[in-house]
Amino acid sequence: MVHRIDDDPRRHKRASPWRWLLLIPYPALLWVPFYNAVEPRFLGFPFFYTYQMAFVVLTAIITAVVYLITD
Amino acid sequence: MLRRAERALRRSAVPSLSRFEKTMPVNWIALTVFVICFAGVTILGFASANWRKGDLDLIHEWGLGGGTFGTLITWFLIGGDIYTAYTFIAIPALAFGAGAIAFFAVPYTTLIYPITFVVFPRMWSVCRRHGYITAADFVRGRFGNRWLALAVAVTGLVATMPYIALQLVGLEVVIAGLGLPTTGVLSELPLLIAFVILAAFTYTSGLRAPASIAVVKDVMVYIVIFAAIGVVIYRFGGFGPIFEAVPAAKLVLATPPAGSTGAYTTYATLAFGSAAALFMYPHALTAILSSSTRDVIRRNSALLPAYSLVLAFLTLLGFMAIKMGVGSNPLYTDLFKRYSNTFAVPALFLDIFPSWFAGFAFAAIGIGALVPAAIMSIAAANLWTRNIHLEFINPRATPQQEAKMAKLVSLVVKLGALYFVVGLEKDFVITLQLLGGVWIIQTLPAVLIGLYTRWFNSWALLVGWAVGMGFGTYAVAQTGFKNATYTLSIFGTQVPAFAAVYALIANIAVAVVLTLVFNMAARPERRDATVAADYV
Repeated sequence: MVHRIDDDPRRHKRASPWRWLLLIPYPALLWVPFYNAVEPRFLGFPFFYTYQMAFVVLTAIITAVVYLITD
Repeated sequence: MLRRAERALRRSAVPSLSRFEKTMPVNWIALTVFVICFAGVTILGFASANWRKGDLDLIHEWGLGGGTFGTLITWFLIGGDIYTAYTFIAIPALAFGAGAIAFFAVPYTTLIYPITFVVFPRMWSVCRRHGYITAADFVRGRFGNRWLALAVAVTGLVATMPYIALQLVGLEVVIAGLGLPTTGVLSELPLLIAFVILAAFTYTSGLRAPASIAVVKDVMVYIVIFAAIGVVIYRFGGFGPIFEAVPAAKLVLATPPAGSTGAYTTYATLAFGSAAALFMYPHALTAILSSSTRDVIRRNSALLPAYSLVLAFLTLLGFMAIKMGVGSNPLYTDLFKRYSNTFAVPALFLDIFPSWFAGFAFAAIGIGALVPAAIMSIAAANLWTRNIHLEFINPRATPQQEAKMAKLVSLVVKLGALYFVVGLEKDFVITLQLLGGVWIIQTLPAVLIGLYTRWFNSWALLVGWAVGMGFGTYAVAQTGFKNATYTLSIFGTQVPAFAAVYALIANIAVAVVLTLVFNMAARPERRDATVAADYV
């Protein structure tokens, strides 16, 4: 099996400090007391749901930012 | 077989009873739309053999699609892989029955992506450089220990089988939603037909089939979810009234009682443990390795959360089912009795959508069962072929023989899954899948930590794996195989958590201690087929 290696190892720099940003979602979502509440509501969604759905979007943005910066 | 005949007999012995109960008639319009959609993807599945044509007699082409998938196809493929038919049925069902705890699926499917972003480009690189196609291949090369590789392969196989079976359970529930008979001799027929379709196109087209079908399935799922949100806004002016229908005790997690961390640690460990386990599943790695560059994986880590948002709305369908009162609708009583809360989503679709669109929505879920079931059976076949057959039975197999073996095994695996669904009690299959999650995470030290360090002694890893498997199984057995929560008393505080996480901690602790002990007794292991440059 011959594979084309299109990624030259030298192109990948050492881990950028920006990658630490990727840790943010873990405490934010795993520490439940941060968000286990009904109020304040947003568009009828209790805070419990708004918060976690907001973090889906935020995590995507953080990952995208780190991708763009470290590439 | 005997048991099945017995069951069929028992069913046919009481027809007079059901004749007087109010049962759901066959919904012909929904059934027609469902069949048309299924026929369409069947054709697509077979046609995929010619897509980006490769030599399908080679395992790398059949089992990894030649490793040519770009960002978009990988997005659909992983999406079809993670967000399965069973997810679409079970998570809203949990919300319908138990409330807020079901929402753990959202942090779970969010927290996987930063891990994916950092870890899996490394996995992709080392596997591409050495021609590895399974996690056990990598472990074999990295640690040079065929028994450790065997442990990883066997864990993958036993965790995957019930997972495939659950996809067929998801299919069974939507078929029931079409009003087809759920008892009697003919009741297993639709499932058998779907199964034959699945087996045939997987056999002929390999990973290309689920990759192309995933595109269709995901587009359908997105349409259904937007339609459901549309219905909510049109009928109720927003989600407020939906949440108001949920009993206060279920709307958020219960505040832990004194001296316990209660639902909080259960929720957090379920989310984190599931996230850590996910990419240890063989089918997830298959999708990762089929991408064409490591950049595809990094890019997808930022794009895939779109599915998690869809999953959030899907979970809320469970609350919508509460609002619509489908549980007390006499039309669905029978099916709720038979399928319990898993019938919540089909009942809701029948309730809020016109027949033709309900058929479309059911087809979306049904096709959503075919995609992961195909990928899972391919991944299991790769494991068997590479890490058991090639390693222990016939080391001299040619690549063509390997591919042939993998194709056959993909059939056997699916037959096994079919037996699970038809021959075993449903609760038992769900228990097995639960255990599968606890088991698969025990391969994390060898696979995931192994990507970063060769420090561990391979035998220490193997003993750690055994301890994790044993403890995890024991912990789930303590609950009577009902759930995977285990309560540990830490400094006088009760800490209930996902058993997989405790078992993993025990696993890693044993591996660390034994590595130190072994390194004192003898020279550290040197075997390693990989070098640092392979990972970047």
